[in-house]
Amino acid sequence: MKQQLRPAITLLALLTVITGVIYPLTVTGLAQVLFLHQANGSLIVLDGKTYGSELIGQQFDDPKYFWGRPSAAGYNAAASSGSNLGPMNPSLEEVVQARIDALHAADPENTLPIPVDLVTASASGLDPHISVASALHQISRVASARGWSEAEVTSLVEKFIEGRQFGIFGEPRVNVLLLNLALDGLQ
Amino acid sequence: MSAWLQLIIYFGTLLLLTKSLGAYMAKVYQGERVFLNPILGPVERFLYRLSGIDPRSEMTWKTYAVAMLLFNILGLIAIYLLQRLQGTLPLNPQGLGAAAPDSAWNTAVSFATNTNWQGYGGETTMSYLTQMLGMTVQNFLSAATGMAVMVALIRGIVRHTTKEIGNFWVDMTRSVLYILLPLSLVLALALVSQGVVQTFSEYKTATSLQSGETQLIAVGPAASQVAIKQLGTNGGGFFNVNSAHPLENPTPFSNFLEMLSILLIPAALCYTYGKMVGDTRQGWALLAVMTIVLVALLSVAIWSEQSGNPMLAKLGIDQAQSATNPGGNMEGKEVRFGIVNSALWATVTTAASNGSVNSMHDSFMPLGGLVPMWLMQLGEIIYGGVGSGLYGMLAFVIIAVFVSGLMVGRTPEYLGKKIEAYEMKMASIIILIPVFLVLSGTAVALMSEAGRATIYNPSAHGFSEVLYAFSSAANNNGSAFAGLGANNPFYNIALGIAMFIARYWLAIPVLAIAGSLANKKKVPASAGTLPTHTPLFIVWVIGVIIIVGALSFLPALALGPIVEHLMIFG
Repeated sequence: MKQQLRPAITLLALLTVITGVIYPLTVTGLAQVLFLHQANGSLIVLDGKTYGSELIGQQFDDPKYFWGRPSAAGYNAAASSGSNLGPMNPSLEEVVQARIDALHAADPENTLPIPVDLVTASASGLDPHISVASALHQISRVASARGWSEAEVTSLVEKFIEGRQFGIFGEPRVNVLLLNLALDGLQ
Repeated sequence: MSAWLQLIIYFGTLLLLTKSLGAYMAKVYQGERVFLNPILGPVERFLYRLSGIDPRSEMTWKTYAVAMLLFNILGLIAIYLLQRLQGTLPLNPQGLGAAAPDSAWNTAVSFATNTNWQGYGGETTMSYLTQMLGMTVQNFLSAATGMAVMVALIRGIVRHTTKEIGNFWVDMTRSVLYILLPLSLVLALALVSQGVVQTFSEYKTATSLQSGETQLIAVGPAASQVAIKQLGTNGGGFFNVNSAHPLENPTPFSNFLEMLSILLIPAALCYTYGKMVGDTRQGWALLAVMTIVLVALLSVAIWSEQSGNPMLAKLGIDQAQSATNPGGNMEGKEVRFGIVNSALWATVTTAASNGSVNSMHDSFMPLGGLVPMWLMQLGEIIYGGVGSGLYGMLAFVIIAVFVSGLMVGRTPEYLGKKIEAYEMKMASIIILIPVFLVLSGTAVALMSEAGRATIYNPSAHGFSEVLYAFSSAANNNGSAFAGLGANNPFYNIALGIAMFIARYWLAIPVLAIAGSLANKKKVPASAGTLPTHTPLFIVWVIGVIIIVGALSFLPALALGPIVEHLMIFG
């Protein structure tokens, strides 16, 4: 027991320095040189003003913008959270119904089916994306709120459809913040 | 179609890497030269010299166990103190205060035992210093501990008529330096390229587009920690929602790399095992057992989640899968991952004792949630934790060999070693302790006011939350049905005890088996020896695992996910 005490204490201290100090500092150093933009949060900076991060969703409920996933975190990017509602929790049904009602109220003429991701909370509460179907669903509302033709909005949406990564991984999707910035003429 | 392609690429890549990494690790543990020797050799020798370690002297199993426990308890104390004192320490740009004592105990045990259950929210609780010197360090050391114990067991099987099973300090150091560090460095940089943050700056501010209000975006040195938490089957996230957070897992490709890392070392260790016992077929057989069970349960999870939620279907929303809509049960899932990558992650993270998540398991459909829960309850042996998964699996192999030996009336043997009462007793302890902890822990929680008070979802699902929590802690997984409010004295203390016992009261009997086997004579294989690499044996081991797992947990599962499934679909 006593014999093992010195290696235990010394090795813990030394490996703490290697894995807890040298390793993260090395990664940070290399990351800040090789991937400056990504390492610092993929921020969107236009004319010196920071509009957010490409990777972090924001709250949108104005009819003239595309809306993102519902968020259990209120899109607070300093306190991520999912809803954790179970599949048969009555509260889940209530909040989903309320979201459906809000979509209908903002665009009563719309008869397209509502895609599931547009009315269910994301895992992080910060999901920057919606499905392509959810973007298409909102075109009529955004067009009429802005007084644009649906064709104009559609062509813009099409520019922002991201396919599967390398044609293989993940799901096709649309980045809501980037699309809305483009709608406002900010690119 | 694309789902199949993604699954095939995932398992294909995993199998491709298994052999080369497995062979490399066998060299590392046998003390042979590897390509990193010119760089790491001097570092290794420097560490030994400063710590007074003679790398050539070996230990008995008892000394090995003492060294392992001592090292882990010191690490546990260090991470506890870091959390309590972080308010007065540097690298704390957000000025976060000390964690409460019960929370700090829970987190310290959690990270030292390779569980990485998180009662706390990362970005709101832990300073950068605590994340680095506490979390990141224990991610390495707890993983290396599991690998060291595993290697000691392999030596016990290989050697004969000796009391020595290796040197803990050497196995530990070599695991960190030659295996975990290089892999983490490469993975961390690949993750940063995808958008995982790695910075020491304070949280970023932006102006929200619609409201014009200031948005505060949590950042930090995440990539370095995320890499090792995936590779070391740790699972403790940098941010509260773990790898669902877009800055912890930003793209489908980062998701692929992180998922691959979960199973990479556990799979490769099977090959290392085969290599070290001198018969690679033995390793492939164990990998086959693991993969068959995994794939069967994976298909249940994907099917369950892709089918969607009937409670929402009746509200008239579109849950059908199409080219433009991932469909399915999207509550608690991210669009970039969709259903397939969320269900795949949930399955592999609980098959291995990783416990990181990229979706919220609490919002899974009942059978989708049953899969991760049962995978943990099987004892974290379907791949399992790095090292710990394989030694848990070998406990099942011992049981399987023993039972089959009884059936034909011969003394059971495994790889030339007689399996006798002592090994059987130790293997039974290894298998029964987690079962006892899960079921008694759940029972105590449900019978006490404090245990029931923080259940979030009503009805059978609330029961599942508690069962899941104890399944996770008592098998050192760390994932959660996160609706359960677990950051309170009752759960912090109870789950902390479960994690502590599950880790060390399993590792000790494993080392005891190693010591006992090392001491035995080798018996030559005869016509009556049961070959342990055949399809028959693979099916037999699967049968033993499923029977033990089902007998132990079906009654409890019936009260949770099974009854909930019947309530929705019945």
